Amino acid sequence: MIENRPGLNLLAHATLILGVCIVALPVWVAFVASTHGPTDFMSGTIPMWPGPHLVENYSQMLGAGVSTSGTPPVGTMMFNSLIMALSIAIGKIAISILSAFAVVYFRFPFRGLAFWCIFVTLMLPVEVRIVPTFQVVADLGLLNSYAGLSIPLIASATATFLFRQVFLTIPDELTEAARIDGAGPMKFFRDILLPLSRTNIAALFVILFIYGWNQYLWPLLITTSSDYYTIVAGIKRMADAVDGLPQWHLVMATAMLAMLPPVAVVVGMQRLFVKGLVETEK
Amino acid sequence: MASITLDNLGKVYPGGTRAVGGVNIDIADGEFIVLVGPSGCGKSTLLRMVAGLESISEGEVRIGDRVVNKIEPADRDIAMVFQNYALYPHMSVRQNLAYGLKNRKTPKADIEKRVAQASEILQIGPFLDRKPAALSGGQRQRVAMGRAIVREPAAFLFDEPLSNLDAKLRVAMRLEIKELQKRLRTTSLYVTHDQLEAMTLADRLVVLNGGQVEQIGTPLDVYRKPASAFVASFIGSPAMNLISASAVPHLPGTAHAGQIGIRPEDLTVTPDGPIAMNVLAVEELGAQRLVHGQTGGERITITLPSDAPLSDSMNLSYRPDALHLFDKDNGKRMD
Amino acid sequence: MKRTIFSNQLLPWLLLAPQLIITFVFFLWPAAQAVRQSFLREDAFGTRTSFVGLENFAYLLQSPEYFNSLKVTAIFAVSVTVLSMGMALLLAIAVDRMIRSTRVYTTLLVWPYAVAPAVAGILWWFIFNPTIGIMPYVLAQVGYDWNHISSKTDAMMLVVIASAWKQISYNFLFFLAGLQSIPGSLREAAAIDGAGPVRRFFDITFPLLSPTTFFLLVVNIVYAMFDTFGVIDATTEGGPAQATNIMVYKVYFDGFIGQNIGSSAAQSVVLMILVLILTVVQFRFVEKKVAY
Repeated sequence: MIENRPGLNLLAHATLILGVCIVALPVWVAFVASTHGPTDFMSGTIPMWPGPHLVENYSQMLGAGVSTSGTPPVGTMMFNSLIMALSIAIGKIAISILSAFAVVYFRFPFRGLAFWCIFVTLMLPVEVRIVPTFQVVADLGLLNSYAGLSIPLIASATATFLFRQVFLTIPDELTEAARIDGAGPMKFFRDILLPLSRTNIAALFVILFIYGWNQYLWPLLITTSSDYYTIVAGIKRMADAVDGLPQWHLVMATAMLAMLPPVAVVVGMQRLFVKGLVETEK
Repeated sequence: MASITLDNLGKVYPGGTRAVGGVNIDIADGEFIVLVGPSGCGKSTLLRMVAGLESISEGEVRIGDRVVNKIEPADRDIAMVFQNYALYPHMSVRQNLAYGLKNRKTPKADIEKRVAQASEILQIGPFLDRKPAALSGGQRQRVAMGRAIVREPAAFLFDEPLSNLDAKLRVAMRLEIKELQKRLRTTSLYVTHDQLEAMTLADRLVVLNGGQVEQIGTPLDVYRKPASAFVASFIGSPAMNLISASAVPHLPGTAHAGQIGIRPEDLTVTPDGPIAMNVLAVEELGAQRLVHGQTGGERITITLPSDAPLSDSMNLSYRPDALHLFDKDNGKRMD
Repeated sequence: MKRTIFSNQLLPWLLLAPQLIITFVFFLWPAAQAVRQSFLREDAFGTRTSFVGLENFAYLLQSPEYFNSLKVTAIFAVSVTVLSMGMALLLAIAVDRMIRSTRVYTTLLVWPYAVAPAVAGILWWFIFNPTIGIMPYVLAQVGYDWNHISSKTDAMMLVVIASAWKQISYNFLFFLAGLQSIPGSLREAAAIDGAGPVRRFFDITFPLLSPTTFFLLVVNIVYAMFDTFGVIDATTEGGPAQATNIMVYKVYFDGFIGQNIGSSAAQSVVLMILVLILTVVQFRFVEKKVAY
């Protein structure tokens, strides 16, 4: 800070506190709602302070769910989300790091073409080719399966580019020393490249886990059996179903549970999260 | 232990750029050969071809009796010390030393023994369990050498290993390398652009310029009888005075030469010397002084004892056998 | 470009295989199908498919609904970008002034990044619920009758707020990083030259922040156009009366609910061209990614 202006500092703090409140408002309201009983929503406005039904509401949703909505217990949906998020994060990292290794450390015919094939995926988000992609997955018999939930989403140009950048900063001499030390390509990959990319892998994992957990359109389309519903996609079905008799407290409890794992990851691993975010965009 | 033969070795890059051509060098078993030349002269390319890190486009490399042109670096029985050390940053010093042996399926007890030996020779025992990042430049340099020693290879290849060290450490490590090589008697090929390093380390020097060998010989041979004007200017500090023969037409025996060369220490001040020099600047080195001047439009430098008298113009003379003559067409030595 | 390379010829293809196979099966093939289908039309019973050339595109261009969707997308994308980036910049500037509390405020501001767009939609939908939500209650006190179920403007405002809210943390982090990379000496020099805080911001900080701003502009437009599907589907479902039917939602709706494959495919192709343009713009800006 250049000059001491208490007024400006006060203004800055006020702005930030207001900002934090705005950012937190919807979650606070949801949390409060999730701690009340069904009758509290009949009369006019939602309450602003937590009620006594927290444990009751959450244990009901985790264990049993809402039978009338056709969705399974939230516990099951969270488990499905976890499987999907982990498969997407691990799958993306695995195939990206291998292809980045191939593109950086080998010269082979059509290398440029392979590179462009990877690059072009950037321009084809799932939302723009939704109908034919659904048809492909249906033809392959992957509807209502964990494979169908995750595999179509694990090709990623961004992650490949990130690893490519990381590999390009690793000095040539290290590779040469390894070759003289008798390490072939895969040994070099395992003994040198993987350990040196450890923090980048961790940072990318944080970002991709959130990406995977938050998928909405894709699971909505390819899961028709409630056994495979994920929580983010399931919550909409639940909200739709309870629209008639508004069980807001249960919907909001589900929303809280849907947010909890990715928010915990961001807050708990803030340093890795910021690193991953900045690096994937560079 | 083995001899190394470079037979008409050449490198042409895809695209047609020629980096090295027609290099013939016979390196005897246990010999210390230094490749020296300015940057871009092809010395590193040559070393990397011997190591197997660069493909060979012409000629042959033999290590012992074996042609190694198509053999992987790991199977050539060589070890290399890199300019930036190339230590694996995520491995401890011990793991760095052992990695090459482990990949070769050396028995565990054997690895431990060799690592212990090498760390004793190089005095790196106290930091065997540290990571390279926790070491000083000199210590890293030692570990890089240790990684070469434990392998007990037929030859050591050094790629400017001292150029990342500060001046004082460089002198100390230079001596250590020399002593180490004397002790182990391992055939060594050493690349540097520093002529002083080359002179002090080499059994024989190979002076390279523009991808060609200019001269091969012992340091003193090269110093005393440089084979070309280029070698003359490159080896020796301060550099040999090279003046065009036409600037001093009155000197005897220089009629057919393009350039004549005289080392600064071979010039003496005498009142009736044949070369008249206007003094431009004086550099004091302590034990001696360098006097820079001009004669017939050419720059000239002499070394004088630090107590020698100075004046604005001096007459210089020389012993006839101190004069080096170089051809005006190809710069080669004439005699 | 690496100097040291391994000479194997088969291995790189094995390494690339998983990526290339997935790319081909789930990206290139469907994209090609979309292009193919955009030239076809099914009859009413789905029994016969015929080649109709550019008719699907011609039909789109004449369709008032499609123009409405274009207009809605533009308004939506611009509003989300401006609102979210404006808020984020303000917060980033405030945090940048802090010395001790930077980390605490950052933590308190970044977590909405982790909230799924669909969940963000549900949260704001609840707050703005016309019968029990707190916002309509507050707005009623000042005489505004909020109802996003019947009012087109209210519906648009709802999806804009929900989408912008989720994106604030992302923009905030990049703005903060951009601000912190501006050398303090520049602002000190300006202060010595007699510029006050406001002047310094407009003369020094904001121009030096322009690469970040431009980058975020592209990212936010892409976000608003493609990643907000969940927000729309969880709240307004494109309504009322098409008021929030952005292009991505229309592709989905016409293809899956309306079963009009030809039109949906033609819309996909238009979107692909849009993404292509946005990607090119973005990569002209961060060129190093393309060079290899």
